[in-house]
Amino acid sequence: MYSQKVIECFMNPQNVGEIENADGVGTVGNPKCGDIMKIYLKIKDNIIQDAKFKTFGCGAAIATSTMLTQMVKGKTIEEAMKITNQAVAEALDGLPPIKMHCSCLAEEALKAALWNYAQKNQLSIEGLTPPPNYVDEEEKHTHSEDE
Amino acid sequence: MIYLDHAATTPVKPEVLKEMLPYFTEEYGNPSSVYRLAQRNKKAIDDARAVVAKNLGAQPNEIFFTSGGTEADNWAIKGMAEALKEKGNHIITTNIEHHAVLHTCQYLEKHGFEVTYLPVNPDGLITPEQVEAAIRPETILISIMYANNEIGTIMPISEIGAVAKRHGVVFHTDAVQAVGHLPIDVKAQNIDLLSLSGHKFYGPKGIGALYVRRGLKLPSFLHGGGQERGRRAGTENVPGIVGLAKAIDRAYQDLAAKNAKIKALRDYLIDGIYERIPYCRLNGHRERRLPNNANFSFEFVEGESLLLLLDMEGIAASSGSACTSGSLDPSHVLLALGLPHELAHGSVRFTLGEDNTKEEIDLVLAKLPAFVERMRAMSPLYEEFVRKNS
Ligand SMILES: Cc1ncc(COP(=O)(O)O)c(C=O)c1O
Ligand code: FES
Repeated sequence: MYSQKVIECFMNPQNVGEIENADGVGTVGNPKCGDIMKIYLKIKDNIIQDAKFKTFGCGAAIATSTMLTQMVKGKTIEEAMKITNQAVAEALDGLPPIKMHCSCLAEEALKAALWNYAQKNQLSIEGLTPPPNYVDEEEKHTHSEDE
Repeated sequence: MIYLDHAATTPVKPEVLKEMLPYFTEEYGNPSSVYRLAQRNKKAIDDARAVVAKNLGAQPNEIFFTSGGTEADNWAIKGMAEALKEKGNHIITTNIEHHAVLHTCQYLEKHGFEVTYLPVNPDGLITPEQVEAAIRPETILISIMYANNEIGTIMPISEIGAVAKRHGVVFHTDAVQAVGHLPIDVKAQNIDLLSLSGHKFYGPKGIGALYVRRGLKLPSFLHGGGQERGRRAGTENVPGIVGLAKAIDRAYQDLAAKNAKIKALRDYLIDGIYERIPYCRLNGHRERRLPNNANFSFEFVEGESLLLLLDMEGIAASSGSACTSGSLDPSHVLLALGLPHELAHGSVRFTLGEDNTKEEIDLVLAKLPAFVERMRAMSPLYEEFVRKNS
């Protein structure tokens, strides 16, 4: 059901991991399926130097995570803002219709990481709105310590 | 390939196919015609009916052939609802039925019926007491699956049959996963209606049967010609019927020995997984389950990605039930056990068959731990878990 490219990206995922002291971290949950994607960004002089991910999700979610992190590296924030889920899906030679929402997860996770970066640095990024399904990492940590 | 998805379907056995083949070519007559070519087909159907009946402890005239398990379920439930709607409008079932039953019940709810979906316990079982407590004066039907297709748990069917009989309520069981795998006696177990499907026990797909206890008035579901004594119209699927009979007969031959072998291999798989992989759980009751079923949740990982990795090694398993893999919802069965969303998502079902070998299971046990580890290394849930526990 998946394209060869999706399988390749799933079997050999790139950019898996965390970035220490990342400049932007975004975690989003997919309300459709319950899967979770977390993107770490290293940003310097308005350019995304590095991107890594952790994903709990299906094959398409892993593949889009790989593709997205590859696509954003070296891009300016403005360029990264233009990356859509369709673009990620196209770069993977398409996704089955039922799996298109997995690519939305990638776009949202990127936006969430950029939002987190903007919040931390009190910047405003054009076109960036508070992401839906945003999980605030800081809040979650204080929360989990109470438990 | 290592096929570990026998609950989804099974291959047609060569001896079954051999019986079927003539009915595609030389023996092509329409069983309803008068000439001898056709009459031989009529006889083949009668013989098949007797064979199916014998294996279930039923009479031949209590067996009606259908296009499979789904049709048998639909017919039994919608048919009884229609037949008894003057008497009452209440149906009792469980919350882990196959969609062929669940969606049929939901359909009836839209048409004025009330349905109680008995909640299973964390092992996936309901008790006869639960059933008894749910019975009301207006209860017309109890429909409870014999064995679950995802987690393999076996319901206390005989006890539920006794409860149904005591209260005079019609009792249907979806035995699609049980027929050919567990001994069944519809009379001793007080079963009024029973659904079965050929492709789950090395028979062909697209053929099944509904057992209807004699005297039970079940209106016809498909109207047309006079086939199946006017109760199920449509020219019979003769090769399918012949294949179904051969398959059920061979399935019940040496059943105990076959089951003992499969169960030993399955237990070897379960023990091996527990030994090698931390943070996993076997879903469903440990003992009261089909001998071939092992359903595991692996914490912090998602099922589909594990299936893809297994597939790359030529290992075919499934996550949730095959029919729902096209949907995104986590399995209603695993949620019914009380599993949180993530665990319900991280399940893999291995269902063994007659031909699996220890070498095959060894290969699964050799590969699976690394696959789980690999997906955990990618999982934000695992990252969080490790941080909390360090
Ligand atoms: C418990 C159960 N009921 C019903 C069905 C449907 O049977 P069929 O595929 O023959 O329509 C299946 C299998 O898919 C099943 O496992
Ligand atoms: S199904 Fe959940 S991300 Fe793909």
